[in-house]
Amino acid sequence: MSAESAKSETAKKARKFYGHGIPGVKLEDLTGKLIVVEGADGSGRSTQIARLVEWLETTGHATTVVGLKRSHLVSKELEQAQEGNILSRTTLGLFYATDFADQLENIILPALKAGFIVLADRYIYTLMARDMVRGMDEKWLKNLYGIALEPDAVFYLSVEPQELVQRNLAKNATLDYWESGMDLGLSRDMFDSFLKYQTAMQGAFKKLQKTYGFQIVDASRPVGSITKELRKKIRALLSESKT
Amino acid sequence: MKTFAELNFPGRLIAVEGLDGSGKSTQIYLLKRWLEAEGIKVYFSEWNSSELVKSATSKGKKRELLTPTTFSLIHATDFADRYERHLVPLLRAGYIVLCDRYIFTAFARDVTRGCPPEWVRGLYSFAALPDLTLFFKADLEVSLNRILEGRPKLKFFEAGMDLRLSTDPYESFRIFQGRILEQYMAMSQEFKFVVMDANQQVGKQQVLVRKLVAEKIDLKKFRRRSPLPLPPPASRPEDKSKDPEEDMAATV
Repeated sequence: MSAESAKSETAKKARKFYGHGIPGVKLEDLTGKLIVVEGADGSGRSTQIARLVEWLETTGHATTVVGLKRSHLVSKELEQAQEGNILSRTTLGLFYATDFADQLENIILPALKAGFIVLADRYIYTLMARDMVRGMDEKWLKNLYGIALEPDAVFYLSVEPQELVQRNLAKNATLDYWESGMDLGLSRDMFDSFLKYQTAMQGAFKKLQKTYGFQIVDASRPVGSITKELRKKIRALLSESKT
Repeated sequence: MKTFAELNFPGRLIAVEGLDGSGKSTQIYLLKRWLEAEGIKVYFSEWNSSELVKSATSKGKKRELLTPTTFSLIHATDFADRYERHLVPLLRAGYIVLCDRYIFTAFARDVTRGCPPEWVRGLYSFAALPDLTLFFKADLEVSLNRILEGRPKLKFFEAGMDLRLSTDPYESFRIFQGRILEQYMAMSQEFKFVVMDANQQVGKQQVLVRKLVAEKIDLKKFRRRSPLPLPPPASRPEDKSKDPEEDMAATV
């Protein structure tokens, strides 16, 4: 499926949850747009989101940004638990799902109801990919994230692991424990582990792409051209909904 | 779904379920004391007790931040933490694990709160079934009166106030508990609950509990290799007894 056809399909789709969703939500009230940007650390996600917010707001669109591990309910506890690295995979998966659900119900859905554009700095796909790489059952994950709302567009910023490792080291001079998948014991060498983990993550994303049909954006290009592509696609999405 | 025995775990899991005030916690406590006194490797785990998740749960409850979905997920997180870090390793090591509430509590409560049953069951599908589930069924009025005696201050979620069943917490609690009981009864056969008459006298119930456990599980297989040094209860004079509960458990 080409990126273009995936996009127009997403745009035409009626609002729906992936599964049972959240009890008591009226889908027709959610008049805003939910746009998701996915990608590993170093894919330029945050940069692109900042640029999109700037552009959307100056063109008169009320915009809200959400991300993972930012809920009032569990973000602090999740952070603590991760520091000690004592949670097993199911627990960590469910903890993240709780964080997601809290933000979905308290930020995303109300903002969409108010007609906002919600830019999600990662969504359920990262959570699912992480859990898949850790051996969680895909059927289980699909049921769990049946609570999630289907976005209007999902952009996956794709960068090869070899390039990601360079970008992360150039930025921080070190690699993040979790982004290197060190909990998986793939390698004791962090550099090695990072490459293996990010390759596995990419594989999981490709698998998810087949089910969820998101648009793959080549993010190895210069920042400006990526922004241009994203703007073009989002502009199309926004104008389609007006007609 | 399979039980731990069917999955060839060396250990066995016994769960008690029932409404608040059904007396199930007393019964499982007495069961634990008996098994301990018998020199059996036993571990007790309570619903909603994982240290890690506790602070988030209590914050959510105190500030009434929880929706049916997050309420369900946070309890599943708590359960998963206990399941993966305590229950499974202990069952692998041949322990008898006693659970005060198990996944059926979530099945009953979360569905009463409006979560889709298939979704809730899916969340907990990583968990094996207990080898024995005792359901303590008291008359709704008996359970309610036990809890409401002296009219304690009911907590928001405990009373099901989030469901807006009634503005009066006591009325809300009654309706909520009634609905949970219906959910429990609806799954009783499917999950082979052994239904206990919880209106009976505590000691009588415990005699039956112990009989059921001994019938279901070959207890001598679960003894510690070197038993804990406990003097036989019958020959123990009063002055040595520091723990009155132990005597009580032994004489039932």
